[in-house]
Amino acid sequence: MSALSGSGRAAHRYKKMLLDRPIQELADMTRKKEIRSEDLVREAYGAVEQHDGALRAFITVRPKEDALREARELDGEEQKRSLLHGLPFSVKDVYALAGGTTTAGSKVLEGFSPPFEATVVRKLRDAGAILIGTNTLDAWGHGGSSENTDFGIPRNPYDHTRVAGGSSGGTAVAVAARMVAFGVGEDTGGSIRNPASMCNVSGLKVTYGRVSRYGAIAYASSLDTVGPMAKSAADLASVLSVMAGKDPFDATSANRPVPDYAAAQREPLGSIRIGVPKEFRSAAVEPAVQEKIDEALNVFRTLGATIVDVEIPTIARSVPIYYLVALTETASNLGRYDGVRFGHGRGNFTKETVKRILVGTYASKAGYADALYLRAQKGRTLLRREFEGVFDSCDMLLGPTVPMLPPMLGDFVRDPMQNLLIDMFLGAFNLVGAPAVSIPAGFAGTLPVGLQLIGKMWDEETLLRWANAYQKKTEWHTHSPDGILTTAAQRVSDREARGADTAHRMPHDGTRGATE
Amino acid sequence: MTPSSTKYELRCGLEIHIELRTNSKMFCGCKNDPFTAPAPNTYTCPVCLGMPGTLPVPNKRAIESTLILGAALGAALAEHSKFDRKHYFYPDLPKSYQITQYDFPLCGQGVLETPLGKVRIRRIHLEEDTAKNLHRTDPSGKRRSLIDFNRAGVPLLELVTEPDIRSPEHAREFGKTLRSLVRYLGLSNADLERGEMRLEPSVSLTSDGTLPPYKVEIKNINSFGFLEKAIRYEMSRQKELLEAGTRPVQETRGWNETKNVTMPQRSKENAEDYRYFPDPDIPPLSLKEMIRDVRSALPELPGARIQRWTSAFRIEPRYAELLIETRDIADRYEHIFEALMKANVEPNLFARDVVNGRTVHTAESAPKEVVWAYVGAAPAKDIPEKDIESAALAAIAENAQAAVDFKSGKEAALNFLLGTTVRKLAAKTDTGRVRATLLRLLKN
Repeated sequence: MSALSGSGRAAHRYKKMLLDRPIQELADMTRKKEIRSEDLVREAYGAVEQHDGALRAFITVRPKEDALREARELDGEEQKRSLLHGLPFSVKDVYALAGGTTTAGSKVLEGFSPPFEATVVRKLRDAGAILIGTNTLDAWGHGGSSENTDFGIPRNPYDHTRVAGGSSGGTAVAVAARMVAFGVGEDTGGSIRNPASMCNVSGLKVTYGRVSRYGAIAYASSLDTVGPMAKSAADLASVLSVMAGKDPFDATSANRPVPDYAAAQREPLGSIRIGVPKEFRSAAVEPAVQEKIDEALNVFRTLGATIVDVEIPTIARSVPIYYLVALTETASNLGRYDGVRFGHGRGNFTKETVKRILVGTYASKAGYADALYLRAQKGRTLLRREFEGVFDSCDMLLGPTVPMLPPMLGDFVRDPMQNLLIDMFLGAFNLVGAPAVSIPAGFAGTLPVGLQLIGKMWDEETLLRWANAYQKKTEWHTHSPDGILTTAAQRVSDREARGADTAHRMPHDGTRGATE
Repeated sequence: MTPSSTKYELRCGLEIHIELRTNSKMFCGCKNDPFTAPAPNTYTCPVCLGMPGTLPVPNKRAIESTLILGAALGAALAEHSKFDRKHYFYPDLPKSYQITQYDFPLCGQGVLETPLGKVRIRRIHLEEDTAKNLHRTDPSGKRRSLIDFNRAGVPLLELVTEPDIRSPEHAREFGKTLRSLVRYLGLSNADLERGEMRLEPSVSLTSDGTLPPYKVEIKNINSFGFLEKAIRYEMSRQKELLEAGTRPVQETRGWNETKNVTMPQRSKENAEDYRYFPDPDIPPLSLKEMIRDVRSALPELPGARIQRWTSAFRIEPRYAELLIETRDIADRYEHIFEALMKANVEPNLFARDVVNGRTVHTAESAPKEVVWAYVGAAPAKDIPEKDIESAALAAIAENAQAAVDFKSGKEAALNFLLGTTVRKLAAKTDTGRVRATLLRLLKN
């Protein structure tokens, strides 16, 4: 860790922020009236005002006065609603916001104001969390770098010439740059874990059915999951406790009791067998990434874990399986955006999205579906069986989140195949439906590396408990990009001045940059 | 072979859509009442408008209703079923796909007996209705296409028969029998004019008894009369083609009720590809328990009831069929028949008078009151008092116990004697007079 004195120093400076602290600590301080929600919200807006011009984490920023008014009201409540009471948060711009706008990152829906609120947003707001805005993403979730957006492309806060990952890139950036206490992403084939890994934050892809999808604009309905992004596994647990549960508006949400995930963190670790799939040690993994994974395995050993080798052969084919399923569903889900009743015309779909719609239409076409979509479904069943079988010999899986370091901006646009391969270890678990968490595992130079823990269906508790144990032994998750931000901000604003891509700002954004 | 020597036989199947009567729509909580909605787009919500982010939650009652019809038709009921997406672009379809059932319908093969022969049912499945497109001219004279989503998402049952229908009359009989059954079971009003029941025959002709390699589907039929006419028209059109040596084109045609002809709508040569796949928003259905409950709660069906009425009340089937409109109505008549029997009046006379509109009564009246009113309502005939008296005396003599009962205070016994006397008179009479005569005799 001494090798990283640069970012370590940055982390130290950032510690001055309240939003550097864990959710539990902020909740305690609020309860004891040492701080007010208003302070947190001011700090959040301060960070947005200072950094978002360069980072572009947000598509819409809520008028600051509205958020502050809400904070003052919540400060006035004696009874705290939850651990999230008074905490500023943001959501990937795919969640229906009553009275706000939801674009899915696409010009097709620019200015679209939903007549209802997504269940997850309503739950978080009811629990006292304060929404400050919506985050940039790959349009419709179509991408692994957030570059396929019609709004500003978010920058990796650790290196502004690199991507933030995607598709929930903006939310990862908002958490990394302490613009929020936590965020809500959406993971269809890695869209929470990939940017979490690239931006040095923690991100949880929940078990399919654990959190309601009602109000989340669908990418691929059988794979889409709604999950939290935060600074640590402990924070993820606090947020998940509020988000999870059966929703009468989502038939695929599970009617299972919601454990107190935060309390489960305090349970003793016991012993665990961690399986490392052979397929995760593929040649595609960059040595710098593999090195951090091996280091992490050693940390887990010291925590009492036994490491075992396992095999899930079909993972090697999960990328084509994933794309045939996901794109068939997305071609169906996006059919309603005809520009007649709401939104704008189909000409506004990006090239990437058009490509995905075409592939999905082709894969489900009569005469081709047998060889493509239906065959992929068989592959999915096979993968699920192998996955279930693997837990005979272990309790949890571990591997790299993404096999490479954050790519340079534009790399994926030039080489779209890389865009598909970045999620090679991620989509498999969406196909299976299992929970998986990405947590920071160290830095290669100044660039973050993430590791992924994958658990049994419905067993977020074990995942988060072990992720938390790891984070108690390490400090990667406490790093923040402050020092880098300050110097890089200048470079980006220079480029902007030369006319590079310009962020589209929503009309609601009136108070952006205003000082108080 | 000379054309005139060839005999052609009809091979006809029906595809029938029925809007189910449920409180809410198929996949959302909106009111299911498209026909009497106060204004267009009243019963809508983000779900049935297909807004981004919304999800369907299936209506249990609609699934139950479909299984009830299946059970009534002796169909195989699916313990495991699912919903699928059927894709096509049309303004009345807000999601660009319709949620329907493709390869695992709720009900499989069944059969419906009709007076003109039985018809096998191939499948029954459940889907959502579409919105309604309205083409109007606005006050400025501009043509406008409007969409009313009150109907979007209404539960729609689709029943497909085998091509067992052998005549236009047979098709009509099938439709009417099915409608009676659906109404009897309380699943739908199945009003054709309101579009609650829609009929689409597939017509082809065979000369050798085998199923022909083409079929013509006819749409836009909103009455049983048009169903018969359309099939008849189509038969003669196809016969002409076949006799000229041309095989009719496989296509969809529309019934034009003003011209009394079918007109081509679209050809199946460029059949649409609906890209069916299981709707990932709706988990597969596991229906074992529901099927068990549906089967155990299945009421006596109209056919069985008609038979029982014939033997128990001597009601002629032609009247019984008309009185068994719904289960509730049939139950009410059955109570009236029982009361009539007690009053010693032939229920069949009453049934006949009801069917012919010669007696009316309200649904709220108690069976006893209906009997009283019925017997009293019979028009008076000029019967000599001595005839009434002898009939009444005979009635009293034959039913001495009833006379004793009446004298000991049982008012009801008078009704029995009244009915008996009226029957003996074998003519409609003023029951007030009969009653007075009886009272006089009994008090003596």
